[in-house]
Amino acid sequence: MIWNKQYESMNPSDLRKLQTSRLQNLVRKVYSKVPFYKRKLDELGIKPDDIRDLSDITKLPFTSKDDMRDVYPYGLLAVDQREIVEVHTSSGTTGKPVVDAYTYNDIELWSEVMARTLSMGGVTNRDVIQNAYGYGLFTGGLGVHYGGRKIGANIIPISGGNTKRQLVIMVDFHTTILTCTPSYSLYLAEAAREDGIDVSQLSLKSGFFGAEPWSENMRKEIEEKLHLKAYDIYGLTEIIGPGVAAECEHQNGLHIFEDHFFPEVIDPVTGTQLPPGEKGELIITTLTKEGTPIIRYRTRDITYLEPGACSCGRSLRRMHRLLGRTDDMLIIRGVNVFPSQIEQVLFEIEGVEPHYQLVIERQGQLDALEIQVEMNERLFSDEIKNLEKIEQKIAHKLYSTLSIHARVRLVEQKSIPRSEGKAVRVIDKRQI
Amino acid sequence: MKIKQISVFIGNKKGRLAMVTEVLEKAKIDIRALSLADTADFGMLRMIVDNPDRCSAVLKESDFAVQETDVLAVEVADAPGGLHRILKIFDENDINIEYVYAMVEKRRNAAAVIFRVEDYQKAIDVLTKNGIALVGNDSLKK
Repeated sequence: MIWNKQYESMNPSDLRKLQTSRLQNLVRKVYSKVPFYKRKLDELGIKPDDIRDLSDITKLPFTSKDDMRDVYPYGLLAVDQREIVEVHTSSGTTGKPVVDAYTYNDIELWSEVMARTLSMGGVTNRDVIQNAYGYGLFTGGLGVHYGGRKIGANIIPISGGNTKRQLVIMVDFHTTILTCTPSYSLYLAEAAREDGIDVSQLSLKSGFFGAEPWSENMRKEIEEKLHLKAYDIYGLTEIIGPGVAAECEHQNGLHIFEDHFFPEVIDPVTGTQLPPGEKGELIITTLTKEGTPIIRYRTRDITYLEPGACSCGRSLRRMHRLLGRTDDMLIIRGVNVFPSQIEQVLFEIEGVEPHYQLVIERQGQLDALEIQVEMNERLFSDEIKNLEKIEQKIAHKLYSTLSIHARVRLVEQKSIPRSEGKAVRVIDKRQI
Repeated sequence: MKIKQISVFIGNKKGRLAMVTEVLEKAKIDIRALSLADTADFGMLRMIVDNPDRCSAVLKESDFAVQETDVLAVEVADAPGGLHRILKIFDENDINIEYVYAMVEKRRNAAAVIFRVEDYQKAIDVLTKNGIALVGNDSLKK
């Protein structure tokens, strides 16, 4: 179901005109209201009038996460503080957090794009949404909440954690829609199985999963184990939270709500814009945000823009599901690899469950990658040679698919910590 | 004449084996025979207990990966050459042995040895033909 046909199915040339005028307004606004951007534009000798066409966006400077951290908390504010009605921040685990400050209209915008997102997965006012994304400074909880509110669905603001209670609520309130991180959804599925709950008898219809990268194979696991259709949603705190892009029923890439969030894909090394179909770093410009508008934000997410139109009827361009992050990329003995690629390979092996960890160490002059995979009933054999065969099979498949050398070690069931939010997949013990 | 063996996957971490024995103690399960095979990554604990079903259940409840396997408990004369006699019979009859370990209890003047073999029926027939006794499930229960 298309929430907003006027904008989601807009004629492409009208869309480009709209984006052009919004971009011009944006540059004018930040030039006069945000000293951080005025300084950057002056350094490049760019004036707002220099932006005449969408292609002129390449004249504008990028904004990095460090730029945002440097001006914490309100250095990117484009309005009077009095107009801010809500703030969200990133977790701040790797440095100062980044801040997203919302005006009333920004919250309306957020509600709109989240209503579009949820409608893409069939949510209506008859649905019951169990929102297990964390409520608080994290944008996941409130983002889904606002979108669900706009649609008029029944939202259970349960937030993350307390797995036993999640299951009780799911049964008692006949939850039809589940929203949480993909790793937490599998944790719920595991807990349901242990409690003897027959998931096929529940009312679950769809789930909206994001906030961390997840593979196609993980999607299949989630759909099998929870008996629902699993949709990928994309967003980031710096831009608005969830609601930047989402999958339609065809699940062939995520439609970017580009009337509000203008996408580009660049070569992360040279900064040059890449054509559709070419993999690179996703860049987002907020065309309509009032509180903390951002120009050409370097998301560090790797993807490509899908060429061609989608048969759902939306003219909004699609991006491929995330292939990884520029900073997630591991280099093991000179070979580039993303944890999501390793995950994809692991799940192709019969019996392997989604509980794994990558531990990287430096042994002498070489990187050593150890992949810890949890034992489970399906994999278990009384004969040690069979277990060793499994370890070797996994290692061999990783080598033949990804050209990486890894030691595979089977570890006990439940020995890998379960996450209620983003799963920690990589433990890098190498000293830089 | 097959008996049930319990196999448990033990991760390569301190205290895991002690955890198994703690669980068994709490459930009042008696171990009759035990073998702990190790690899660089993990251990495989194999046990003959007096109540295999309950043993499986309590270990699974504690999140251990558990499997029940059929094995043979063969009476072996407790004298030099006792085991050799059995092995020769197996070799002569092409009976493939997966693994072997000894049993704690002595029965009369014999020891008992646990065998996992590829072809049980053949092994049972061959042993019986050669007058070698097998220990059954009933003798294991208290």
